[in-house]
Amino acid sequence: MKIVVCLKQVPARDSLLRLNPAGTWIQETDISFEVNEPDIYALEEALRLKESQGGEVVVCSLGPARAQQAIKEALAKGADRALHLDDPAFAGLDSFGVARVMARALETEKPDLIVTGLQSDDFGAAQTGVILAELLDLPHSTIIMAIEVQGGAIKVKRELEAGFFQFIELPLPALLTIQSGINKPRYATLKGIMAAKNKPLKKLSLADLGLLAGDLAPKQRITRVYVPEKRANTEFFEGSGKDIAAKLVDKLKNEARIL
Amino acid sequence: MSNEILVFAEQQSRKITRPAWEAVAAGQKIAADTGGSVTLIVLGAAVSVLASELAAGESSGVLVVEAPALAEYTPDGYARALAGVIRSRQPRYVVFSHTYQVRDFAPKLAAALGVGFISDCLGYHNESGRLIFVRQVFQGKFNADVEFTGEAPYLVSFQAGSFREDSVRRGAAAASVSTVAAEVAPDQVRSKPGERFREAKQAVDLTQAEVIVAVGRGIKAPENIDLARKLADALGGELGASRPICDGGWLPMDRQIGSSGQTVAPKLYVALGISGAIQHQVGMKGSRNVLAINKDREAPIFEVATYGVVGDLFEIVPPLIEEIRKSKAG
Repeated sequence: MKIVVCLKQVPARDSLLRLNPAGTWIQETDISFEVNEPDIYALEEALRLKESQGGEVVVCSLGPARAQQAIKEALAKGADRALHLDDPAFAGLDSFGVARVMARALETEKPDLIVTGLQSDDFGAAQTGVILAELLDLPHSTIIMAIEVQGGAIKVKRELEAGFFQFIELPLPALLTIQSGINKPRYATLKGIMAAKNKPLKKLSLADLGLLAGDLAPKQRITRVYVPEKRANTEFFEGSGKDIAAKLVDKLKNEARIL
Repeated sequence: MSNEILVFAEQQSRKITRPAWEAVAAGQKIAADTGGSVTLIVLGAAVSVLASELAAGESSGVLVVEAPALAEYTPDGYARALAGVIRSRQPRYVVFSHTYQVRDFAPKLAAALGVGFISDCLGYHNESGRLIFVRQVFQGKFNADVEFTGEAPYLVSFQAGSFREDSVRRGAAAASVSTVAAEVAPDQVRSKPGERFREAKQAVDLTQAEVIVAVGRGIKAPENIDLARKLADALGGELGASRPICDGGWLPMDRQIGSSGQTVAPKLYVALGISGAIQHQVGMKGSRNVLAINKDREAPIFEVATYGVVGDLFEIVPPLIEEIRKSKAG
């Protein structure tokens, strides 16, 4: 079974994010990046499928040079090889543009299964995977909590609202977006980290993929990013732990009337 | 290009859902702001009974799109059926609620049509008829204004609660209903969906709790949950959690609050080390009082907090438990 995992880098969870001078995105210098959390679960699911079914896991990531860190992590955990989609023309693409580039890169790979996280922790559109499925004419399902291979098909458990689930059967090849919590992701071993150094990593640019910048014309544009207005009536408490506790109890008793 | 606002009215198990009415409210407002007309659309097999329910909302008509292949929701069936309708009607906007179903097919629909889809919006600004949509980015730390750049039709989905069901305008008379057959053949639907089910009967019903103490990543280690449990006991409340805590197995899934867990509205909701990403907020923003303790002043949880403490929960919770016990004893 040949499985492609699409993953991206996002700012590390504890980064102190600042806006760029134009106020159109965050300042990407001086912060560290990490693999988008749901993508880590997607990678783990791909590695487990390879272990049970045999085959190959290929990582596909679009991003600047720093994305190689995310790719190397995936290779160290057990992915076999990687495609790094890197070109100045790929900066700031919307979901459609990213999916378009990935579709072109994966056309020739012809994987049996493509997995990716259900959404990213940065823009969070939750669209790239589903658009990619459409561009590659693959059946898909989203927010997946279990995968079972049944010959040339798969049975997946899809999460629905309010604690409901649903089983769905799909023929292969197919694309799935993976929900966090589907498995317990592994850590890379020292041996894995050493082995990753010799695994194939192919860089692909706009020209390598036979695309033109116009093919990636955005369908939407961010005009401004800003700190949301705080709810005006949040009352903040300061002081020592004991002072705060006394003030809170007073509020809970006399204002909220909980106690 | 018409000035039509097409509103997707989601049905589940042949029932019109609350998100459907929220989408209607959004569509009515966009129509009022842009001088357009609203058409409601419902998909399924033999769903005309739902059309009469939808016809109570003020609109220029209800469109029922039917095919046997639409009896159960599938992304192939829905995207194909809607693409046919949108190609022939060329609406200006297609409005959705950002539900699990919409997330599953709307990006595919947009890609099939070659148009843009701005997903999970909180609302929009109207700049002389040009709509700029507002959505959260970086897990709610920032908001972004986003506009469409290509040609209409434009697809947009709104987060639960962004528009209210009770703000839907009712028509003086029922809107007209028309039915069209969808161009979807059974062999064009590649996935086979099963019945909806729940894992097990939920052991804990947090929806009835008057006080909930919920923990997030800030609790740091499973052994620290005991501290939150003590606070919950002191307050006579239940213990809840954000998704990562349940994903990690620190608390069982039936304690999870948020879009994939329970939706609660207690008198007091205490959020300990919860950043308050939107998936969590939708499950608790109906709480009457929210006390948030978090070390990050920028955490989105403070936007919905009545009382806020920026600090280390491990320094604040122990004296808080003590003061609560004293207050109750006195």
